[in-house]
Amino acid sequence: MIALYLTIFISLILALIFLVLFLSSVKNGQFEDSYTPSVRMLFEDEFNLEKKEDTISTETKQTND
Amino acid sequence: MSEKKEKLICYHCGLEMTESETVWFDGKPFCCNGCKTVYEILNKNKLSQYYTLNETPGIKTDEIDENVKQKYAYLDNPEIEKKLLEFDDGQTKVVNFYIPNIHCSSCIWVLEHLDKLNENISHSEVNFPAKTVRITYRADKISLREIVELLASIAYPPLISLEDLEKDKKQSNKKLIYQLGIAGFAFGNVMLMALPEYIQGEGYWIERFKPVFGWIMFTLSVPVVFYSARDYFESAIKGLKQKIVNVDILIALGITVLFLRSAYEIITKTGPGFFDSLTGLVFFLLLGKYFQRITYDYLSFERDYKSYFPIAVTKIINNKEEITEIKDIKPGDRLLIRNEEIIPVDGILMKNTALIDYSFVTGESLPVEKKVGDQILAGGKQKGNFIEIEAISDVDNSYLTKLWAREAFQEDKNNIKNLTDKISKYFTFAILSIALLSGIYWYYKSGFSTAIWVITAVLIVACPCALALSAPFAFGNILRQFGYHKFYVKNASVIENTAHIDTLVFDKTGTLTEQEKYEVDYQGKKLSDKEKQIIKTMVRASKHPLSKLIYKYLKKYPLVNLQKITEIPSKGIEAEYQEKKYRLGSANFTGNISRNTTTQSFFSIENQNMGSFVFKAKYRNGIKELFNRLQQKYDLFILSGDNDSEKETLRKILPENTTLLFNQSVHDKMDFIQSLQQKGKKVMMIGDGLNDAGALQQADVGIAIAEDSNVFTPSSDGILKAEKLPVLDKFLSVSKNTLKVIYISFLLAFIYNIIGLGFAVTNNLTPIVAAILMPISSISIVIFVTILTGILSKKLNIR
Repeated sequence: MIALYLTIFISLILALIFLVLFLSSVKNGQFEDSYTPSVRMLFEDEFNLEKKEDTISTETKQTND
Repeated sequence: MSEKKEKLICYHCGLEMTESETVWFDGKPFCCNGCKTVYEILNKNKLSQYYTLNETPGIKTDEIDENVKQKYAYLDNPEIEKKLLEFDDGQTKVVNFYIPNIHCSSCIWVLEHLDKLNENISHSEVNFPAKTVRITYRADKISLREIVELLASIAYPPLISLEDLEKDKKQSNKKLIYQLGIAGFAFGNVMLMALPEYIQGEGYWIERFKPVFGWIMFTLSVPVVFYSARDYFESAIKGLKQKIVNVDILIALGITVLFLRSAYEIITKTGPGFFDSLTGLVFFLLLGKYFQRITYDYLSFERDYKSYFPIAVTKIINNKEEITEIKDIKPGDRLLIRNEEIIPVDGILMKNTALIDYSFVTGESLPVEKKVGDQILAGGKQKGNFIEIEAISDVDNSYLTKLWAREAFQEDKNNIKNLTDKISKYFTFAILSIALLSGIYWYYKSGFSTAIWVITAVLIVACPCALALSAPFAFGNILRQFGYHKFYVKNASVIENTAHIDTLVFDKTGTLTEQEKYEVDYQGKKLSDKEKQIIKTMVRASKHPLSKLIYKYLKKYPLVNLQKITEIPSKGIEAEYQEKKYRLGSANFTGNISRNTTTQSFFSIENQNMGSFVFKAKYRNGIKELFNRLQQKYDLFILSGDNDSEKETLRKILPENTTLLFNQSVHDKMDFIQSLQQKGKKVMMIGDGLNDAGALQQADVGIAIAEDSNVFTPSSDGILKAEKLPVLDKFLSVSKNTLKVIYISFLLAFIYNIIGLGFAVTNNLTPIVAAILMPISSISIVIFVTILTGILSKKLNIR
């Protein structure tokens, strides 16, 4: 049953890691604005899309040649 | 073909318009050049996705005139700039702007793509609930002023007020979340470690882990006592110093005793201690505190005139314009006020005619005209041409701003004792005497150590966890429910105060009447259709708000061709049609005598008086019914800053026992509330403008009415959406009933305590009993209170 010491030690360390992660995310302000990121992630970045389309079209041109 | 029949809607701001008004650009209809320009800018920079995310996402803007160019000149002043910046290393600067126009996802999108409009902006991030945008930019390439002008050009002008300069860059309060996180972590782990204690009998393998577990529990509870529970100790000490017995004294005592006795048991190896009860107690208490604390990020309850007033103003010295900070204005200074600028100090008008909108102050949105030589009070907004005034006071000593120097603004209204504290005063003395008596009894029966054991047991079990939790959870839940129903309350004690209210005082303009809707009524000789067409054509080009109202009133009539239209500022409009002279405007301009009680606009043909258009504020729907319901339970008062021209109308709407008072100044209103309070009344003030700020502050509960969350409200205890005003009585009765629920839950808490004390005084309180009894009492009370307040708030759903 000595192994129990080890498992308890590990579980405590794990729990502590999660606590630290939680506290640091609070500190970094991850919980301050819970609305805007949900909108932001739905934006399609058309500027990047345009670039991609450009590269694709030039690529196809090259293959055509 | 079908397009013609459809209503024309501005592609940018969604305003409905007639065909003749429409500005066409790029095949799309716009209501004005301002909207068109914004579209042009966005389209040119490939940001037209703005219009595909939402339909007509824009806000109507006035055309950008030359004056606006000067409007932000003060931002070039390095001292002002320094105060506004959040970060500055010489190359990169960060600034955080409040932009009231942010309202939809298109706004977020366009404001986060500012870098496409100007390459020197490196990053911008929107906080939607707070309506702010944080902009990072390259200081060597673009100035703060240019950024603000860029924002203004796409119809997102930031609001930069005096408050921005003075506030300390405050950190949001995250301490409670840290405390709660640590207490929760410790509570969970201690519960696991306490497991061996729950196994009865001897000889189990788990027995030998007991000492190790004990030490782990001890270690885990140290941060809980010294960090998480810290506020309770501080509050208890503060209470003792002021000789106030608050609930925190018992809590602090309970925590101390729990910790010391548990530590003693672990060190002397005499027992497992009460660590699970200790950490659980702190966790639940903090949870209650967290639940009670609700923040409406997008609302501010602390606004004073500083959030309205600009930072700087243009001063004229020897015919030269100079930017001056507001605080440096001295009596005698000559100031230049441009269109849409707020007048920061009391002054005398020196040049041009002023058209001043006092809607921030009085709630009245029709502007007032002032002539050269008239006195102008601070707080109004100039509409139209620029004016020059001579200051007669400095900012802090203006008629309106003097209000904030008064006593009521200096003291903290929420410092009064709340319900829980009142009860816990008696509770504390009762518990202390029980502990002492049972201690004495056990001392004579079994000796000193048992006596100490019993005393500590009494203090542990009597720790008023349930008592301390019921009010936060009840008020916290009601706070949330009120929020769903658009009544945003500052904190829990406001609901408690609301429950005791017996007198209601209302402001008239902007509170009982709608803030921007007016009824136009024509009185006088009957007008022919032709004359109506002429009037409509006359007012079409005018920017005067009354003209706009008349134009709307005569919407269905077509236009005619007038020979000559001239608008004479502060007088009216003159036009010629078929050799006849038509005049519309003020009384003496049209050869009339004004009785000066109502806002009206006179009409004459060839100096022959025809009649007048009368403008009346529209009373909100449901006011009559609301007052009829309220009169049974409350004393009702109306305090109006206007003259008594509306007296007759009000008398018809309101019940007889409502007291009506007119011509009340800013200070009168405040004094009146005070005099009611001196008679022992508990007063709720409901108002909207800055002129109610004093009364709102003085009243036991001050409620500000807001048409939408974009507009300013003066500092108050709660903000009520205007549409919910007719159900005010429901909010009041729910608050009253909430108090009853709390009384019942107190009774329950006492019953639990008596049971617990029964164990304690008979020296039967084992850690297991404590560990079971304490969470059960707390959780059951929380559930009880939450369910009952949930049922109570159902009442708010009924229309």
